[in-house]
Amino acid sequence: MSVHVGNAESAPPFPEAAHNALGDRQLRANVRNATDLIQAKRNRMTGELPDWEQLRSAGQAIKTHTLRHLDFYLEQFEENVTHAGGHVHWAADADEADQIVTRIVQDRQGREVIKVKTMTSNEIRLNEYLEQNGITPHETDLADLIVQLGNQSPSHIVVPALHINRTQVRDIFRAKLPLPELGIENLTDDPSQLAEAARLYLRQKFLSVDIGISGANFAVADTGGVVIVESEGNGRMCLTLPDVLISVVGIEKIVPTFQDLEVFLQLLPRSATGERMNPYNSLWTGVTPGDGPSEFHVVLLDNGRTQVLLNREGRDALNCIRCGACLNVCPVYHQTGGHAYGSVYQGPIGAIITPQLQSLEHSRTLPFASSLCGACYDVCPVKINIPEILIQLRGEIVRDEQSSAGGKLKIENLGMHALALFFSHSGLMSKAEAMARFAQRSFIHGGVITDLPGMLRGWTESRDLMPIPKTSFRHWWKAHGKESAE
Amino acid sequence: MSHASKSAIFARIRAANGHRSGDPLAEWESIPRDYRTCGALGFEDRIKLFDERIRHYDGTPFYSTGDIAADLANVLSERRKHHLVVPLEFPQSWLPAGFSFTRDENLSKQQLDIVDGVLTTCTLGIALTGTVVLESSPQQGRRAATLIPDYHLCVLRKDDIVELVPEAIRRLEPIKDRPLTFFSGPSATVDIEMTRVRGVHGPRTLDILLV
Amino acid sequence: MRISLFITCYNDLLFPDTGIAVVNLLERLGHSVIFRSAQTCCGQMHYNTGYQRETIPLVRKFADIFRDDEIIVCPSSSCVAMIRDHYEKVALLADDATLVAKVKEIVPRVFEFTELLTDRFELEDVGAYYPHKVAYHPSCHGLRMLRLGDRPIRLLRHVEGIELVDLLNSTECCGFGGTFAVKNAETSSAMLQDKIRCILDTGAEVCTAADNSCLMHIFGGLHRQKQPVKTVHLAQILAATRKYAQ
Repeated sequence: MSVHVGNAESAPPFPEAAHNALGDRQLRANVRNATDLIQAKRNRMTGELPDWEQLRSAGQAIKTHTLRHLDFYLEQFEENVTHAGGHVHWAADADEADQIVTRIVQDRQGREVIKVKTMTSNEIRLNEYLEQNGITPHETDLADLIVQLGNQSPSHIVVPALHINRTQVRDIFRAKLPLPELGIENLTDDPSQLAEAARLYLRQKFLSVDIGISGANFAVADTGGVVIVESEGNGRMCLTLPDVLISVVGIEKIVPTFQDLEVFLQLLPRSATGERMNPYNSLWTGVTPGDGPSEFHVVLLDNGRTQVLLNREGRDALNCIRCGACLNVCPVYHQTGGHAYGSVYQGPIGAIITPQLQSLEHSRTLPFASSLCGACYDVCPVKINIPEILIQLRGEIVRDEQSSAGGKLKIENLGMHALALFFSHSGLMSKAEAMARFAQRSFIHGGVITDLPGMLRGWTESRDLMPIPKTSFRHWWKAHGKESAE
Repeated sequence: MSHASKSAIFARIRAANGHRSGDPLAEWESIPRDYRTCGALGFEDRIKLFDERIRHYDGTPFYSTGDIAADLANVLSERRKHHLVVPLEFPQSWLPAGFSFTRDENLSKQQLDIVDGVLTTCTLGIALTGTVVLESSPQQGRRAATLIPDYHLCVLRKDDIVELVPEAIRRLEPIKDRPLTFFSGPSATVDIEMTRVRGVHGPRTLDILLV
Repeated sequence: MRISLFITCYNDLLFPDTGIAVVNLLERLGHSVIFRSAQTCCGQMHYNTGYQRETIPLVRKFADIFRDDEIIVCPSSSCVAMIRDHYEKVALLADDATLVAKVKEIVPRVFEFTELLTDRFELEDVGAYYPHKVAYHPSCHGLRMLRLGDRPIRLLRHVEGIELVDLLNSTECCGFGGTFAVKNAETSSAMLQDKIRCILDTGAEVCTAADNSCLMHIFGGLHRQKQPVKTVHLAQILAATRKYAQ
């Protein structure tokens, strides 16, 4: 089995990746502007609903329930898709999913495919696999198109080109789009013009390419239906115009019934883009003669999700409906943007899902890339307790490191154990305090500490520290003859 | 190969969930749903809200005088649309004279690309979100027909407007396995610097005639 | 009333003035304070950094030391959040039913400092005098885990002579996050920089909070940048009077 989450296994540790991102002023400005905007809209739209909290509770309950009976609902989904004329395939991991999709395309002698935005396909590295097999994938989401043409990687779950501003988009289009053929001269950086250029370019593809690939926002068990939530219309193009449609769907996308959509179609648009409803939702089941593709395939993907299910608390990460609200509110994401996470899944949700999908073998710095401020938990439409899961994952990683001799001897581990020892015995506390007061002497200059050694160096790179006061509270208490209780 | 994977996946799911007894359907029934499932607005207020919300997302509502064909003629003249596609069973009596209507008898993509627009009925509207829902049917047409043309004019009965999303979903229950499309304003994107830009793909103008 | 003070390890060592202020204020309000000298640390830093097992003895110790106290006050929201949200979990981790029972019993008796004043004593005016321009920074633990809401603000508003100014983006994290400040120092600094910019924009002389962890972080940046803005714990402002300036 080979689980892949994009290229996460070879991504640099978060502090290193963050260093690069923090040095990019343009990136930080772009990220800040965009997230401020979406956040404001999201707050307005969720504040408008008197039953927002009740919807969140229902969303959490439905998703948690579904995972508890995932086999039942997957079975039901497969039955209904098949009954409606669709084909269901099962992929244990990324490689298998890539192979299945490619085989379907090759069986139809397909050389090109049009794609609707789907992070799942980035997760399994589908585009690379298709290209290696002589098939050209065309991204049709405006942001994904920009990212693809600009040879970059997505930096946000919902608005993947958030890190690119309009002038940069114009430059990418000028370099990569056949503007003269499309009848465009002097392309400016006005967003409407840029969108128009993309529209004309992609329209040609929509009307000619016969195979479409999508993901799914939701897969409905009691109908075998698939739901795509979008804004631009390229989803509708890819879902209805081609002859063949292949949907790659993570097994956690299942919801029990059509009725459950009444909850998620409220939670998702308001959280993701701050709209009461996004422009287009497409729902379809299997094949409908005379309307849409004559051949429909669903590839149900595991790729580590069953591994995540094993974690009692961490499995809640699978409840995620990919709204991106946690990214928009995260103060860490605000500073670094998405690339620093080195994963298809970024921000707070990325920090808990990426390492878990990979059984904590990779992306081990991600759970530490958080100040545990809790803002993500407040905005999550399905109430995933992200800070709690981050702490649990940190615990698993620490215990794993402690299980080796080398791990036990790591400075952090030794330091933490020493501290725990001092804290367990109050007699030792006073001695420890005295030691600290003594040790700090050589670091105090001009009444302040500006230069700490070793692990603590990071603090003093940009911050000062006041020396430990001569008298601790407990000494003041004693000295003032206060009644000391045992 | 796929079957082996399915077994493996199911085995892992069952191992992770333990051996749960408990009927999923009964458990699902007992999920607390304390959100609103019933609107509070009266008929007139619902229409007003729908009007406001449709406009917010750049759709345009028009109000029928009682003579639907005449109403459609007015809107189409105003919009300068002359040649439209109509679904196979769109009511003939509603089609005004003086325009060119082509029935959608499996028109090709290219044929759909050169008309001025498409005219359909629809299943229902949602006031709170300014949404119109179409189903794949002979009256409302195939999905491609409301996708490729640049202009969509839709006839919606006021009686078919509900206030809340749950009300809409529950009304759609009998036809839940048909292709359904929810429209909330015309195509838009916010992918460039979060600036909402109209009309990337799909009809860039959406008009609704309320009858 | 008899109030038992849980000073917290870092306040004890680094911010004794905050503890002194708490004692002075409570005595001024007519209560008596006891300090159990065997106390050490709530274990939050260990717990949050992934050393959950290592906090077990600390939870035992806390439950034991404070077992007889009807009211335990703590001038640190992050420590109170640790006790309220995680102590039971640690007891379960220890597989110790007796400890679980002890924890369940003691947690409701622990109050964050502003909670004690507004909820238990039903006070908003504590007779303080602090004639300075002050910006209040809501720490994340206080804001989101304890849901302190406007308790601190209500208390500050009644301080005589104070000029409270609004802090922009006040609910955004200052970047401390415990060991995060060191393990992800650069990102932490960037977050701090944004917070400092907002503080400087208010023109405040003093930045206050209910947590010295945030204030230590904010001060660290302000001082490095040679800014004169002071950081003062909320308790010290509330303890200040015309007679005893803080």
